[in-house]
Amino acid sequence: MTNHYCDLKNADVILIMGSNAAEHHPIAFKWILRAKEHGATIIHVDPRYTRTSARCDFHVPLRSGTDIAFLGGMIAYIIENDKYFKDYVLNYTNASFIVNSGFRFEDGLFSGYDAKKRKYDKSTWVFDQDGRGVPQRDRTLSHPRSVFQLLKRHYSRYTLDKVSSITGVSKENLLKVYEIYASTGVADKAGTECYALGWTHHTVGSQNIRTMAIIQLLLGNMGIAGGGINALRGEPNVQGSTDHCILYGNLPGYLKMLPASLGTLEQYLKKYTPVSKDPQSANYYSNYPKFFVSFLKSLWDDKATRNNDFGYDWMPKIDDGKAYSTMHLFDAMYEGKVKGFFAIGADPAVSTPNSHKVRKAMGKLDWLVGENIFNNETYEFWRGPGVDPAKIKTECFLLPASASMEKEGSQSNSGRWVQWKYKAAEAPGDAIPVGEIEIKILSEIKKLYEKEGGPNAEAIVNLKWDYLDGKGHMNVVKVAQQINGRFTKDTVIEDTAKKTKTVFKKGQLVPTFGMLKDDGATACGNWIMSGSYTADGVNKMQSRGKEDPTGLGLFPNWSFAWPVNRRILYNRASCDLNGKPYNPKRRLLEWTDGKWVGDVPDGPWPPQADRAKGKYPFIMQKDGLGALFGPGMAEGPFPEHYEPLESPLTKNPLSGQLINPAIEIFKGEMDKVASASEKFPYVCTTYSCTEHWCSGALTRWQAWLLEMQPELYVEIGEKLAKEKGIKNGQRIKVTSIRGEAPCVAMVTKRFKPFRVEGKEVHQVGMPFNYGWLFPKDSTSDSTNILTPTVGDANTFCPEYKAFMVNVEKL
Amino acid sequence: MELTRRGFLNLSGAVGSGVALSSLGINLRPTRAYADELNKMNRIKAAKQVTTICCYCSVGCGLVCSVDKLTGKIFNIEGDADHPINEGSLCAKGAGFFDLTEANKHRLRKVLYRKPYGTEWEEKDWDFALSRIARLVKDTRDKNFTVRNAKGELVNRCEAIGHYGSSNVDNEECWIMSVKSRALGLVYIDHQARV
Repeated sequence: MTNHYCDLKNADVILIMGSNAAEHHPIAFKWILRAKEHGATIIHVDPRYTRTSARCDFHVPLRSGTDIAFLGGMIAYIIENDKYFKDYVLNYTNASFIVNSGFRFEDGLFSGYDAKKRKYDKSTWVFDQDGRGVPQRDRTLSHPRSVFQLLKRHYSRYTLDKVSSITGVSKENLLKVYEIYASTGVADKAGTECYALGWTHHTVGSQNIRTMAIIQLLLGNMGIAGGGINALRGEPNVQGSTDHCILYGNLPGYLKMLPASLGTLEQYLKKYTPVSKDPQSANYYSNYPKFFVSFLKSLWDDKATRNNDFGYDWMPKIDDGKAYSTMHLFDAMYEGKVKGFFAIGADPAVSTPNSHKVRKAMGKLDWLVGENIFNNETYEFWRGPGVDPAKIKTECFLLPASASMEKEGSQSNSGRWVQWKYKAAEAPGDAIPVGEIEIKILSEIKKLYEKEGGPNAEAIVNLKWDYLDGKGHMNVVKVAQQINGRFTKDTVIEDTAKKTKTVFKKGQLVPTFGMLKDDGATACGNWIMSGSYTADGVNKMQSRGKEDPTGLGLFPNWSFAWPVNRRILYNRASCDLNGKPYNPKRRLLEWTDGKWVGDVPDGPWPPQADRAKGKYPFIMQKDGLGALFGPGMAEGPFPEHYEPLESPLTKNPLSGQLINPAIEIFKGEMDKVASASEKFPYVCTTYSCTEHWCSGALTRWQAWLLEMQPELYVEIGEKLAKEKGIKNGQRIKVTSIRGEAPCVAMVTKRFKPFRVEGKEVHQVGMPFNYGWLFPKDSTSDSTNILTPTVGDANTFCPEYKAFMVNVEKL
Repeated sequence: MELTRRGFLNLSGAVGSGVALSSLGINLRPTRAYADELNKMNRIKAAKQVTTICCYCSVGCGLVCSVDKLTGKIFNIEGDADHPINEGSLCAKGAGFFDLTEANKHRLRKVLYRKPYGTEWEEKDWDFALSRIARLVKDTRDKNFTVRNAKGELVNRCEAIGHYGSSNVDNEECWIMSVKSRALGLVYIDHQARV
């Protein structure tokens, strides 16, 4: 989230799209309803009518997988009707930048496309620069190659007729949403968007979100109270696990994973440390070397020195351009290339798309290590449906773990609040925290390498790994402090602006990431968490102060919010060029008497009008401004509508490019696809329910919750049910080209057919919370038996939300 | 840690009036239920209260665990009325948090091991599991380690071991996993944030 949960109350308009907040984030929805009590308009755009729809001002159904078309139409509406916030767009976005003359967009493809590689050469997706190397700007926004004019031209194709025909949304409903949402494009109104997996689970997932980011920049809704784009994420510490980057492409703090082509630390730092020639751009990532070197020091401590590039060579490196995501992992496992597998606090045999492929892949493992509080389908794959254990060679371990309230540690919510938890009781039996299991496993491995050696043994032998306490338990505080960072030698920090010098002793904690060093003087496990402790060891994550000085619900003394306790990101954009709040009713930040008052500002510099010392507000962007033109994306700098991999259409109504041109196509024997097939004529989407959580791996074992939602079902609209002769409560099966899922039919008014390109298109929906292992009397299995192995072009988040099925009587 | 008593006092009031009403009826079962509830209230007042954060979605609601001081067992978990986000309220899953404690008979309590081609789990101890896993990891890693890729670039990685998980453990545990995986040279590193 750019903002946080309590801040939802500050909005004037809330668009809930890609989320069923009332059922999946009920307490978040409380804050949405609080905004409604204050007079806000709440809009729900979703294929299905849900309890969220019931409490909103109105619900607009749209066909799964057409969000960019819907939002692209909104961009066109905002520009054509002059509804954008001009001051903001001109000063705080790259609207005025001039794009390279070679840049093109024709028939669904941007310039530089390589059809064979399914990748773009982005060399024309750049800005013209002046003699100083600063992007050229046309402040009248009229230059035909200005970002603003290109944006206008791109979305002028998204007419009401076209959008209506693609999405299945009536023109009246489109206009209604566009008008209400665009009304926030003024100084004293705030509009926010809440999304969840409904936006990420698509082959265009990242671009769904970027389309909204463009809208929020056009309306001046980024960086303000009641604004932003807010991901209602689905796991308790998914923010923290992402921040610590248990991900193939990043290292803790979103540092880049090392590509094989960058053979030295110097090459690596040169590549990932952006340079801006614009004196008004803070370009905060110019500090990248400090964060990266401090991270290496946190791994290898005294063994990481200037002489050995701080251990750079010991780090694994990934091949350039190659992805190693979940789907790639199971693909490689299926091919027999992956021999060992750690599945920790997870049930990928249920939660990964194309479950049959995943389960078959696991049978090729030599060994599997599971760590969890309950058993699940992943750990028991060797005796799953249709599997003969006598033929499965895999050696399996299932290690008992402590539950959340049986251990101490911190957890980060979607609003970046890092909250400390305390241990309430001992775990049952032999269970210990997952962190302790992991520390102990690696300690054992370390002993073996110390004794026997092995390839790149230095990486393991030299690792700082002293995180058990005297009693042999995980020392959580020591790990938390290692993450925060500490000085590795006596260090003097000079603040030239304040004219102060502070001396820190070796071993003292680093009070903020602004003090990290690139010469080895600091070790920091994750720079964004630096400041979660004070230099003297006060744990800010434990803070429970309820003060609310701005009245906006920032609660600055409750827990610690990264970065540096900032509660709303990009908050300098809530003020005009002189640092005065655009919205006097919601004073998030104000430049008064030479300093910022309110939230922790995005940097201490004066506002932008101060041409000598002032900085632009989007300090993490190289150019300091919000990116209407976003060249970092795999499939283009402007989001474009493409159909899902499996769609009811044979032609994209907007271009000759049917599917996302930059997605990777998996071609294994089990990666079957059936688009626009008569055999699978219905769009299917998947979701959760209030009583279960994710794969159900925790909640299916709980009698109270299981009684409420006992087994797999499919929601089918009344018209389709009638056509198929299916009755409510009847046992049926849903099939895709990849398999079948027996379930109970729930005939409902919540799904209505869509009118798409003149045809009637039915959509059905299923929860993804079930598997075969438990409840024992269940005849159902995972919904993901049906879903295809395909993902977003940038993130490889699978397309669980739009694929094609049939529904049949048993 | 100091907690205000507001939530508990409110609840006590509700229980008290419930007892008064049910005592007018003939059926004594509700009365007994309320009396049990009242006993629980007294236990809660005498208990050690420990705050935690919900382990389901990412809203980060606060909970209070009541722990019996004699047995050290959790006997009640409810929403934290002082928490600024949930203000004491919880969803269905959070309200059922108690069913995650050891009171749930399905909790894993022992190290389980399934030998190759085995048909059942066997109970083992930690020493066995840790040393056997370490041996398997080392043998797999050493046998399949790639020092240089096809282009001859130094990569020092092991593609034969995958790591998956987890976004439902604490930050400190996440960092440990992230670092452990890199030290071993793994590259197939992923978790629920992707899905």
